[in-house]
Parts: sequence; C-alpha cells; structure tokens
Amino acid sequence: MSLTTRRSRMAAATLAAITAVGGLAACGNDDDAPAEGGKPTKLVVDTFGEMGYDELVKQYEQETGIKVELRKTAQLSEYRPKLVRYLATGKGAADVTALEEGILNEFKANPRNWADMTPLVSSDIADDYLPWKWELGKAPDGRLIGLPTDVGSLAVCYRKDLFQAAGLPTERDQVAALWPDWNGFHQAGKTYKEATGKAFIDSVTAVSNGVLFQQGSDLFYDKENNIIADTSPAVKSAWEIATSMADISAKAQTWSPEWSGGFKQGTFAATFCPSWMLGIVQENSGEANKGKWDVAAVPGGGGNWGGSWLSVPEQSKYPEEAAKLAQFLTNATSQVEAFKAKGPLPTNLEALQNEAFLNYTNEYFSNAPTGKIFGESVAQIEPIHLGPKHQAVKENALEPALRAFENGQASKDKAWEQFTKDAQTQGAF
Amino acid sequence: MSLSATTAAPSPAPPDDAPPRRRRGYLFNRLDLKYSPYLYIAPFFLIFGAFGLYPMLRTAWMSLHDWDMIGDHTFIGFDNYTELVTDDYFWNALFNTFGIFALSTIPQLLMALFLANLLNRTFLRAKTFFRMAIFVPNVVSVAAVAIVFGMLFQREFGLFNWLLSFVGVEQVDWDGQRWSSWTAIASMVNWRWTGYNTLILLAGMQAIPKDLYEAAAIDGASQWRQFWQITLPMLKPTFIFVVILSTIGGMQLFTEPLLFGNGNIIGGDQRQFQTLAMYMYEKGIENLNTAGYGAAVAWAIFMIIVLVSLFNFVLIRRTAK
Repeated sequence: MSLTTRRSRMAAATLAAITAVGGLAACGNDDDAPAEGGKPTKLVVDTFGEMGYDELVKQYEQETGIKVELRKTAQLSEYRPKLVRYLATGKGAADVTALEEGILNEFKANPRNWADMTPLVSSDIADDYLPWKWELGKAPDGRLIGLPTDVGSLAVCYRKDLFQAAGLPTERDQVAALWPDWNGFHQAGKTYKEATGKAFIDSVTAVSNGVLFQQGSDLFYDKENNIIADTSPAVKSAWEIATSMADISAKAQTWSPEWSGGFKQGTFAATFCPSWMLGIVQENSGEANKGKWDVAAVPGGGGNWGGSWLSVPEQSKYPEEAAKLAQFLTNATSQVEAFKAKGPLPTNLEALQNEAFLNYTNEYFSNAPTGKIFGESVAQIEPIHLGPKHQAVKENALEPALRAFENGQASKDKAWEQFTKDAQTQGAF
Repeated sequence: MSLSATTAAPSPAPPDDAPPRRRRGYLFNRLDLKYSPYLYIAPFFLIFGAFGLYPMLRTAWMSLHDWDMIGDHTFIGFDNYTELVTDDYFWNALFNTFGIFALSTIPQLLMALFLANLLNRTFLRAKTFFRMAIFVPNVVSVAAVAIVFGMLFQREFGLFNWLLSFVGVEQVDWDGQRWSSWTAIASMVNWRWTGYNTLILLAGMQAIPKDLYEAAAIDGASQWRQFWQITLPMLKPTFIFVVILSTIGGMQLFTEPLLFGNGNIIGGDQRQFQTLAMYMYEKGIENLNTAGYGAAVAWAIFMIIVLVSLFNFVLIRRTAK
C-alpha cells in the first residue's frame, strides 16, 4: 500500500512531532503469556493506510484459534516514527509489521531488527511471487525480512473532457497509442498546450517518478550500495526526460494545496497513477468530476511506484507463528480478497491471474478495467535495486532540484549540481 | 506541638515523662523547618530533572557519537561538531533563522510598543475589550495559523496573489524565493505574537508611577518627549524580558516554516527557509542514522540562544543607560 501516504503531509508532520514526544499507548505483547506448547494466544499486526486485512484476520482467528489484533495507522508518516520508537526501545512492536517500499530500505540497513523468515515460512513459496518483489524483501546479508504484499504499478490518469476539448482522442487505447514512448507523451502534451493554453501534467517530478521506476537498472545506488546518483544512466535519463517536460507542467508540487486543488480546477489534464493513487485522484477531484477521468497505459511500458512487505520484528516473542500469519496474509487467495476489499494490487502470481481480479472495473474512472490495466503493467515491471536511503535521496535531493529547475530558480546545470551534492549527504548511511 | 506544651503546663507532669515528649516535638519542628522547603520545591526539580536536565545531558552524550536510532552507536568525540562547522546547510539554516528572526522580531516589537502605548492612553474607550482582542491570535493553535496562512500565500489560488493582481503584480511564487518565503513566515509569527508582547509591555507601562508623567507635564514636556524620556527608560526590564523571549522563540522557529513548505523538512527546494530547528529535525529524527549529528545541531542551537540572549541583554542594558 503506498498510501494515502503523504496525502496530508502537512498535518502528519506535526502529528509525527507530537506523537514522538507524547507517546501513544505502546500496547506491547508482554502480557500475553505463552499458552500450552509455546503457542501464542494473541498476535498483533501493524499496518498503515488500508491493506484490506479486516476480514482475513477474522478468518485466521477461526482457523487457528489464535487471536489477532489489527492495529491500523492511517498515514505512513505517523506510522514510521512509531515503528522507529518500537525498534529503538526494543519493545512495543507488533508481531507482524507492514513495511512500505520507501521505508523498507532504511530498515533493511539494520537487518538485525528483523527476524530471518527463511526457515519460518514454507520453502517453496519463493516462486509464488513476482521475482523482483521477492528479492527486495531480502536484507543485504541475504536474510529474508519481508513477504511481498502489494505493488503500486503505474498508469496514466487523464481527463477525457479536457482531452476532447483539445482535440485529442479520448478512448483509452487510442490515448495509450499517442505515447508509445516518452517523446510521444511530450508531443501529446504540446498539442494539448497549444490547443488550450493550459498545462498538461501536474509536475516534472511526477514524470521523474514514472521514468525512474521503469528503468530496470540501478538508481541511486549500485549493488554494493555505493552512491552512484551522479553517474547512474537511469537517473540521468529520468532527469533528462523530466526536465524536458517543464514546458507542459503545471508546476504543482505533489501533495501541495496547488496540486490537490488542481484536480478540481483542471489545471492539468493528466498525471501518473500507481493503483493506490486512484483513490487520491477521486477524492481530490470530487463527485462532480465522476466519469471524466480515465486510465491508460504508461509511456514506455510498465513501472512501479510504491508497494509493501510484511515483516516480523526480532523482538516478537512468537516469530514462527507470526511468520505463518504473514504467509497466510500474502498468499494468493488473501491477496485477491484484500484487492477486492481495499484495492492493493496483488504480487502473488496466482492472484494476478485470478478472474475476479482481472475483470474488476472502476466506476469512478469511466469503468476503466483497472484490474486488467494494472495487472498487465505489473507483468512488465523491471526488477530494481533501491539502496538504503533511496527515499531520502529521491525526496530531499532529486525532487527539490527538479522543482528548482521547473520553477526557474536554478538553471538545469545548477539544479543538477544541487542534486548530485545533496545525493551524497542524503544518501550516506 | 504547642498544644501538647500548653496542656502539659498546668499539672506538672512526671519528670521522667516530659523531656522525651518535648524533645520529640522539638525534633520534628527542626526537621520541618529544615527540610520541608525542599519537599515543597521537589516536584519542580524532579520534573525538571526528568524532562529538562536528563534529555539535555542525554543529547550531549548522543552528540559525541555516530548514533543510529535503530542501529549502532559509536563514540567519535567531537567529530560531529567539527563537521558542523564546515556544513553549508547548517550555516544556511542559521542564516535563514536569523533572517526570519529579524523580519519577525523587529517589526513585531515596534508594533507591540506602539499598540501598548495606545492601549495605555487614558482617552481610549472599551479598553478591556481591546486588550482582550489583541491577545486572541495567540490563543489560536500554531498549526491552524500556519495552514491558513499557507493557503493565503498559495501561488495559484492564494488571496494575496489575487489582491496583488489588482495592482498589476505578477503571480508571486511565495515559497520559491528567499525574501518572499521569509516574509510569509515572518507574517505568521508577527500575527501570532504581536498581541502577546503588547500585553506584556502594557503591564510594564502601567507599573510606571503616574506622578512622573504629571511632573513632566507640569514642566511642559510633550507626549512624545514623555514617551522617550519616561516610558522607554522605565520599560527597560520588561523590554529585556520580551526581547529574550522573542529570541528564544525565534531561534526555535519550526512549525510555521515546516507547514508553509507542505511539511517538507528541507524547507523549500533550495532550502530557502529551512530553519535551525528544522535542520535539527532533519538530521536527528528524519534521518535515522544521523541522530548523533542531530544532537550536535541541538546543542549548537542551545549555545546560539545563550549567546544571542547575552548579546541582547548587554546591548539593551547599554542603550537604555
């Protein structure tokens, strides 16, 4: 689930500060005395956003007789500080803990906080998942610290009514045909801008996210976790493509008020949509714009933005039972159930072939067959290695530099210089 | 004790019984006198020790380490501090903090002085109403203020850009440049704290004896002259207090710039408005593996507050003399 993530980063940042000091009730599992034969009476699961586990844990309770407490946190930015406190103080963590792609990497840097799940789960499940997703769940030392839950995937959300006004096609297949590659996307944007005088996409950082995650090669780090931000071809290509799009950008920083307001005002006609973004687009656009949005394939094919894993903290008293629960929650049947409940895209290969998943259509987005679109997109995702401080480099070095260029505060060369310098400090670990 | 002493007085008590009794009372009295004051002030010191002193010492200890919040802690002596001295972004944050501090504190105190003087005049009607009203902004939560001002200062749909468009000023990208972001943030601080300072200055003004003004008036001193020669010098202690409070607040500025920048801890794409407190948070809390460095930034902020407060103190004492 990549969230509702930083939807209201503003309020969340304050909350983070408050919770860090105020201390939420750290309901640890100290008081759950082991029952007969070392079997736990209760397991705790920590999740953020909406992972669709409500019904699944009830089912698990009935099957095994182990009570499962589901602790949900709405925002990842509130979730992370809590988790940091549990790990730093050595108590309070749940038995099964969800880790998002962006924060997984930094927690991987200290793998001893997490139980190695290799001996705890069935030995044959490795082949059940998207191979690259499975690999990302491993720590640098080879220990398996996370089982794949969902994946963000990537598509383009576009406004049919605005496309029509600009004389562009509106059918999703024809729209996708406009942009077999990024150059095609840029051309479509220019056509739109000439016709309407308005911006085509929300921001250049949205483009850079799309390009970065479809490269299939090392991004900010090489395999040995050396920072290669300034020489990485993938980063350079994302940089070039993103900066070239400044002329069709609305310069609305993702998650800012300009951005969320822009959906209603139609300040831009297209944006990049991982599956979890659909809900955010819907919420920002409002009921009035129902049926005006549609979903098409992304230029260049495939890509991924977001997604999570389930991990067992080393401090869990019942790592074996916890791993079993994690395995249950990520098996094919459960992933389809979770998708039907709240929409996280499956990573289990069997789930991705499931009829119910493939036939799903989204009413708000003009009945777009999102199951099929995202499902096909998932198959094309290239495995990538994200280093320990990937998120920090992306959010605090690359994206600010891109915005500084986009807003005309810095020339392209100066902005690149800013990025490579910041990537070194942000990426250090 | 006194009660038992008086009841014992009329009928002489057995000689072997009285002394221990009286001694016990005497002892309790002495203990009471000697130790109960400490008991009375103990709660403060216990709480201060747990929530003030201990975190400070712990932070100092952390700042001497390469401290990973969820990993290893390695003692590295003063390396964090030597690194801090050559850290561009630390100096950038210091520069921003002082810039915003100057933009907020100076106009704010001048305004507060003006308003306090106005509220202190005898001719003003509905004084209590105005005194209450001026304090209201301070009661509003800082997050609410920052969010509302953030909306007013928006580039596309903000009120200020809309108003500016009538006088032909092009859309200002408020968080894009240094000057504009500083102005926006300083305006939040000013809005919130002017009333508070006004009230403190007003209280100081009312403590000045009226006969001084009467005597000056008889000698033919104008209102303006009275303000310069009587009000300002007599207000010196209050002014020092207000300046030091503003300094501490200004050096710790955090929420306003953070929320102004959509919650991004680096404060603008080129760190145009990242303050010291934000830099501390970035290093100490956001980046898990640089908590020790963050602690060093925290101690640097502490030292800077002490230095600036001392400087203020000396400066104001000198000029007021």
